[in-house]
Amino acid sequence: MIDTKEKLNQTFLEDIYSIPDGEKLKACIQCGTCSASCPTSYLMDYTPRQIISAFRAGMIDQVLRSNTIWMCASCYYCTVRCPSGIKLTDIMYELKRLGIKYRIYPPKNPSPVMAKIFVDTINQFGRSAETVLLTLFFLKTKPFKILDFVPLGWKLFTKGRIATSNKSIKGKDDLVKIIEYIEKKGVA
Amino acid sequence: MRYSYYPGCSLEVTAKPYDASARAVCQALDIELEEVDDWNCCGATSYISIRELISFAISARNLALAEKKKNDLVTVCPACYTVLNKANIYINEKEDIKKTVDEALAVANLKYDGTIKVRHLLDVIVNDVGLQKIQPKIKKRLEGLKIAPYYGCQISRPHGTFDDPEFPMTMDNLFSSLGAEVVNFPLKAKCCGGILITTEPEESLKLIKDLLSCAQDNKAELIVTACPLCEINLEGYQKKVNKKFKTVFSIPAIYFTQLLGVALGLSKEKLLIGKELVSAEKVLDRFYGGKR
Repeated sequence: MIDTKEKLNQTFLEDIYSIPDGEKLKACIQCGTCSASCPTSYLMDYTPRQIISAFRAGMIDQVLRSNTIWMCASCYYCTVRCPSGIKLTDIMYELKRLGIKYRIYPPKNPSPVMAKIFVDTINQFGRSAETVLLTLFFLKTKPFKILDFVPLGWKLFTKGRIATSNKSIKGKDDLVKIIEYIEKKGVA
Repeated sequence: MRYSYYPGCSLEVTAKPYDASARAVCQALDIELEEVDDWNCCGATSYISIRELISFAISARNLALAEKKKNDLVTVCPACYTVLNKANIYINEKEDIKKTVDEALAVANLKYDGTIKVRHLLDVIVNDVGLQKIQPKIKKRLEGLKIAPYYGCQISRPHGTFDDPEFPMTMDNLFSSLGAEVVNFPLKAKCCGGILITTEPEESLKLIKDLLSCAQDNKAELIVTACPLCEINLEGYQKKVNKKFKTVFSIPAIYFTQLLGVALGLSKEKLLIGKELVSAEKVLDRFYGGKR
């Protein structure tokens, strides 16, 4: 069991190091610039600095189950400020991908659901009409909450800023071929 | 001056006024925009959260389609800008990524040689056209208008190709040169919450409240944005913010192309002014014959 867990940790570390400039994670000096810069730290179970520390300590499960990585809004402040040149936003993306791949993410967190719906929409249509995306998202996560969005949706509707269906691009088949090629290659 | 134009998904729906005003302003400034034929969604922050290489490859389809016309690709959405830029940089710099993306594109009879740049329209207007050429075309000086230019994140982070990642100034300089009074707005590059406003509305509304407070405390009459998501978050959620924090914000947020269009003498109809959720007409009517 320990063996398996350690192997998994090793796989995760190698995964992270293999993304563009991922190796720089090794150079983290735990200064906390990322946490201080992060506009959503206040929403996180662990701060970005703690995530790096926990990850390097092999606490993969805690890392992936925390809400932290899904609270990253991709503002890139940490990335541009890190004195060690760590592209932490990209690391957060890789952690999201690992969580999705191994189905380890915080319970009841709506963000992974949103990401999946978004990707499905693109795979199916090639483009994404935001208002349709939102409707799907609420139906799947908190249907009763959709009522909260009715006033905004109505206002957008009266201003002609809404779409009620997704339209496919002409080259949808080509797009699917591109996506499937990489999926089949197993390096997605 | 000719560019391939990549509107992005938001511009077809909630950010229609951004699209209309961007096209109108470009026409007035002799910037020729040719829409990328049959472009696909860039994947925003979501696709890369699930699949990295595929997100680069679907961006590469757009780059390949644009490259056929040999013009640089210009977009107005900072999220599209960052995603397409990231794909472009990695495809050009990382051999292994390029190899896989090339193979995937070939399956769809496409090819990308990495010869085009990804630009933001704000960069094109200020740095390719330039203030000197814009000035003679100005029909209405924006004198007396107090604005808070809001940049958000991805127009200057992480790549910072044309402005400072910490304290961008492009819109400040553009609009102050047109007569507007740019108020102090220290939060101008802070995050509005992006998609978290949708996925975690209760917890993340504070981010919008902080931005609105900062703009209001500094006496801005109008927030000017260069991002469709920032725009909808800032104006579309004011009611929710007011309810949650017992505030009374009512500050319009419009796209930078709309305000530039006002200065260029374009009609409200052309710029889709009047389609805001928090009306900007009271603030802008003085430029259309109304009293201040």
